Amino acid sequence: MVLVFAENSDGNFKKSTLEAVSYAAEVAKSNGSTVVAVSIGKVEDSKLSELGKYGADKVVQINHGAVEAFVAEVYAKALIQLAKQHDAKIVVLSNTYTGKSLAPRVAAGLKAAVVSGVISLPETQNGFVVRKGVFSGKAFADVQLNTETKVLAITPNTFTLTTFDKSAEIIIADGGVSAADAISKPVEVSKVTGKIPLTEAEVVVSAGRGMKGPENWGMIEELADLLGAATACSKPVSDMHWRPHSEHVGQTGITIKPNLYIAVGISGAIQHLAGVSSSKVIVAINKDPEAPFFKAADYGIVGDAFEVLPKIIDAAKKMKAAAN
Amino acid sequence: MKILVCISNVPDTTTKVTFTDNNTKFNTAGVQFIINPYDELALTRALEITEKSGGTVTVVNVGLADTEPSIRKALAIGANDAVRINAEPVDAFFVAEQIAQYAKNEQFDLILTGRESIDYNGGLVAGLLGELLNIPSVNVITAIDVDNGVANLERDIDGGREKLTCKLPLVASAQKELTEPRIPNMRGIMAARTKPLKVVEPTSPQTYAATVGYDLPAAKGGVKLIPVEQADQLINILHNEAKVI
Ligand SMILES: Cc1cc2nc3c(=O)[nH]c(=O)nc-3n(C[C@H](O)[C@H](O)[C@H](O)COP(=O)(O)OP(=O)(O)OC[C@H]3O[C@@H](n4cnc5c(N)ncnc54)[C@H](O)[C@@H]3O)c2cc1C
Ligand SMILES: Nc1ncnc2c1ncn2[C@@H]1O[C@H](COP(=O)(O)O)[C@@H](O)[C@H]1O
Repeated sequence: MVLVFAENSDGNFKKSTLEAVSYAAEVAKSNGSTVVAVSIGKVEDSKLSELGKYGADKVVQINHGAVEAFVAEVYAKALIQLAKQHDAKIVVLSNTYTGKSLAPRVAAGLKAAVVSGVISLPETQNGFVVRKGVFSGKAFADVQLNTETKVLAITPNTFTLTTFDKSAEIIIADGGVSAADAISKPVEVSKVTGKIPLTEAEVVVSAGRGMKGPENWGMIEELADLLGAATACSKPVSDMHWRPHSEHVGQTGITIKPNLYIAVGISGAIQHLAGVSSSKVIVAINKDPEAPFFKAADYGIVGDAFEVLPKIIDAAKKMKAAAN
Repeated sequence: MKILVCISNVPDTTTKVTFTDNNTKFNTAGVQFIINPYDELALTRALEITEKSGGTVTVVNVGLADTEPSIRKALAIGANDAVRINAEPVDAFFVAEQIAQYAKNEQFDLILTGRESIDYNGGLVAGLLGELLNIPSVNVITAIDVDNGVANLERDIDGGREKLTCKLPLVASAQKELTEPRIPNMRGIMAARTKPLKVVEPTSPQTYAATVGYDLPAAKGGVKLIPVEQADQLINILHNEAKVI
């Protein structure tokens, strides 16, 4: 049996969750087993059964006072209990902040090997091997998991959704957890609303020191808005507090893997490229034709960002208007 | 207040990554090793906490003798003492088990790790330690203060921030923003030479996962330049040719 943690965000399943369910279904298909999804917290029944569409056979729902807020030690305990109860051989989670706080705890509780940042389905010809990014995107490692039970945290935007013509059966459970299990206590959650989380964004518009100052980010945000993209930046930009630290991508920031990465006024230093080079398509806009970013890009425009961006924004507006 | 900081020894960020032995081993030739940058933040924050409220900071590393320069650097930055568990850090679970085994008998109030090591990018050790020691684990913290046996923390969550409180003992992993890293001064470097660095042997030899091969990303096919006068064509190309918007 493959157990998949169906992480919700304010009652909705994000695309990364559906990808995890699809991944679990693919793994279950290859070893002839079934998929049990676990949803913790309040989610409407219709959304729970819809997980069947992405490959879940059953959805275990845990929704009581003790799991109202995310507490890693509580959620992990419930997942460990359910994995044991259902004799899960493989546990799948998303490689999100939430997924990554649970994956290692679940693994330790199950004495299972664990790999995070997984970007491939398991190869089972020669042991059980999955691929992950290492050296912050500079390379890949094929990792063999040598335990009977295995825990995998899979990278968002890596797997295409597969759809099935089924609806999942909902089972209510308490997960064997109570309020007494929570030692850490959330006191305040602040979410940036209306913004797409960087790690899950399919399109990212990013800018560097070439933008000259924080006052010029309006164009970056406008383009991002038009493309439904998240915004990112280079390290010096966040170091100088032009942009929040949470936008810093690269070897010492966030590693991302969008379908499209547009880099404006970023030189393309090795530490920056490490975090973004797995993007499917890369566009570099830089006034210096020798900027290293052009070697890592699929498309390039050699020009001044302050001239180029307004033209691109205009074209994006036209495309959007035509689509409506 | 007894704090343990876990440090890993990683290739410098400028390293051009290559492999040997038919792509099964990382090529360390000419590579400069450093303390994992996130672990430096964890260490600095630990020092700030003990400087304010008293206590000691111990650093632990699971590694062979070649990691000692990084351990000495941690001592030079200000850690009181260090422990090296003498084993190759094959996988995160193995590393966490070794550290847990050591920490079990030491009664640390707080264990800090980095958010992830920049070589393996696992981000797993903190959570593994939490479960193995049966204490809470809080990932990617951007702030921590300790007051009367309770930690007040801030952490990154998907799409936002969370403030939380937690009774000690606890393990937390350092995210950027936690503090600014400290650079060792001459006095620290001199003092580090005589600070205790204990070497202990690993306990259980079990490994759970192992890297069987490495690969490098496929080289890009070469950039297609769009003349600056036709910059507006980019949107069209991304839509119709690359099909990404
Ligand atoms: C230990 C360590 C870790 C690091 N980690 C990271 C990391 O994780 N992420 C990261 O990003 N960096 C990281 N760095 C920093 C990295 O080495 C580079 O310094 C940084 O990426 C450069 O940022 P930048 O490209 O924005 O700025 P610059 O290097 O200053 O480049 C600015 C670019 O903008 C171009 N430009 C200027 N004006 C215009 C204009 N009007 N129109 C168009 N283009 C223009 C210039 O030609 C230039 O190429 C790290 C460094 C170290 C030492
Ligand atoms: N060999 C090691 N010895 C001590 N601590 C380690 C070791 N490897 C990883 N860590 C700690 O665990 C954190 C996360 O590492 P990882 O799970 O490998 O990404 C690092 O930032 C370190 O704090």
